[in-house]
Order: sequence, then structure tokens, then C-alpha cells
Amino acid sequence: MAGSEHLSRRDFVKWVTVSVGAFITAAVGLPALDYLIAPALTATSTDAWIPLGKLDSFTVGTPTLSTFTRSKVNGWEKTVNSYGVFVLRKSQTEVVAFSNVCTHLGCRVNWQANKNQYVCPCHDGHFNIDGRVVSGPPPRPLDTYATKIENGLLSIHFLES
Amino acid sequence: MFKKLYAWLDEHLGLNDLYKAVLDRPEPKGNWWNTLGSASLFLFVMQAITGIFLTVYYTPSPDHAYDSIQYIMNVVPYGWLIRGIHHWGATLMVLVVFIHMIRVFVTASYKYPRELTWMVGVGLLILTLGMGFTGYLLPWDQKAYWATTVGTSIAGTVPWVGPIIEKALRGGSELSALTLSRFFAAHIWMIPALLGGAIGVHLYLIIKHGESQFPEKQD
Repeated sequence: MAGSEHLSRRDFVKWVTVSVGAFITAAVGLPALDYLIAPALTATSTDAWIPLGKLDSFTVGTPTLSTFTRSKVNGWEKTVNSYGVFVLRKSQTEVVAFSNVCTHLGCRVNWQANKNQYVCPCHDGHFNIDGRVVSGPPPRPLDTYATKIENGLLSIHFLES
Repeated sequence: MFKKLYAWLDEHLGLNDLYKAVLDRPEPKGNWWNTLGSASLFLFVMQAITGIFLTVYYTPSPDHAYDSIQYIMNVVPYGWLIRGIHHWGATLMVLVVFIHMIRVFVTASYKYPRELTWMVGVGLLILTLGMGFTGYLLPWDQKAYWATTVGTSIAGTVPWVGPIIEKALRGGSELSALTLSRFFAAHIWMIPALLGGAIGVHLYLIIKHGESQFPEKQD
């Protein structure tokens, strides 16, 4: 076996050691990585209509905080998360539902009637009554939920990924 | 008797050589600003010891984390002391590590041949901040919960991979028991292991190159 194609015993052993080592590292390392980040890769999406109450119970022109809870299984634990929705009844029939999660970093905004604004306590983000950013760091207006009214009952479309 | 025992140990371990190389090495004239690295090391050891003590009573589960800390603070003898040292030591360590970095920058000690010492030091700073970030969630009170909500949301703003990083840090789409247990794992195993290894390299480099001369007025 002379010539350029010749593979010495020493090089062969080196090559085999490196490949077997790489194979074992990958065989153990990739599952280990998946083990660590698995919760990030599993999709847990929910899609439901949540009833918030009679439309007539919301006063026209003032945002009213309405809360609801959803239970969710996180890993081995079942948690009950509470959600807040600001319902703004613009007229007898027109209604908007804002999520109270600040679009900056996820704190919960409060309605401050004297300022006529939603204010986030974490980094002083201000939104006007229509959810648009007035000042502060939020990158986009407050998120809204799709709404529907059936037999005078207001429901919002809850989507979560 | 002790002399004989010491001579035997020295013969097998090379204690005298070790002492000369590590603690009796020649150094430029001392300066209090040059003690901040040792201070950081001391704080690391103190945090490790108090942290190990805290794990005796602390429970990393949403149902028990807060109560177990209340128990440490109010019932366990000197629990307030151990946790108090760990709590304030954490703040102090970030502070001391930061001032240490500023000192090295101002005295230009990061220059040849100590560039690698600086680079490892940057890693140590990031790991120290990581310890602060993961430890902050463990009390599982309102402040901890929202600070972690905000902190992981910041990680989520990275282009393209942000949402994956955010969910991997949280162990799901929002904070849960999985977040608490993975922050605990990172806080007591993963980051300290990396930190310990990096401190070893950092110290080896300091012993290898010696400390830098404090700059004179004309430098």
C-alpha cells in the first residue's frame, strides 16, 4: 500500500478515535441539549372564547378591568394564570378589549382615570384610552382581543402560543 | 514530630515550591486597589458557603419557595444571618467585581501579556451577573417574579432566536414551576461550575504573569 493513498496505522487509530469520540459526544450531547430546552420547543397553543359578562354591565366610555383565569399545565405543574382585559365600550354596540400586558416587557398596566391613560408601573409606559403609546418605552400599542356579542353577552377570543 | 510530618508531606506534595510560586511570588509595590481581585475571590467563597447552607432549608418549588425562606428568616437559628450574608454579599460581589474591572482598565493592566486574563475576567463578570439574575428569582415573591418576567422578556428581544431563548429560559411560554427549578439548577450547579473553572484559569494566569506595575505619574 505505498503511495499517497497510504494510511498509516497511527493515523487510522487517530481517525477512528476522533470519529468514535465525536459520535459519542453527539449521541449524548444532542439529547442532553434537547432535555434542557424541551419546554421551549413544545407548542402549547390555546384558542378559546371567554365570556366576560353582559355587555350592559360595562359603562360606556370608561375602560373597565375584567379578569378571568385559565388553568394551564406547565411541565408537571398545573397552574392557574389570571388575565386582565380592559373593556372599553365606545358606544352602545361598539366595544374594544385590550390586554393589560404592557407591550414593553410584560408588566401589567393600570388605568389611571385622572390622566385618562393606561400606565405601566415598571418602566413608566403610557398608553391613551385607545391603547396607543403616548410616552415611554413600549414598542407598539396594547394588544387587543377579538370580541363578539351574543345575546347581550360579551366574549373575547383568547389566543395563546 | 510536626516538623517530620510536614517534611514528609512537603516531599510528596511539594508544599514549599507551591508556597513560593503561589503566595511568595515577587510583586510590584503593593497598592490597596490591587486587592479587589482577592476581595472578589473571598466574596465568591463566602457566597458558596452561605449558599450551600441555604440549600439545607430552601425548597425550589412555587408552593414552598417563599415559605421555606420565611422559615429560614424567622425560625431557623441564625437563618437571618446566613441569608443576610448571602443577600448582601451578592450585591457586594457585583460591586467589587465591577470596581475591580474599572481598576484594571484604568491602570491598563489588561495589556500584553495579560489580555487573556482580561478576557476570562469578562466571562467572570458575565457569570457573576448571571448568578445575580438567577438568584433573584429564588425568593419567589412579587419582586422576584416580575423582575424575572422583565429580564427574560429582554432576552426575548434578540432578533430571530429571541422567542426561543425566552422560552428556554422560562421553560415554557410564561413563568412557572419549571422556571423556578431551572433557575435554581443554574444558580447552584451550572453557573458556579463554570465560575469555579474560570476562576481557576484567571488565578493561574495571574500567577503565571505576575501583577502589573502600578503606573507612575509620567506613564
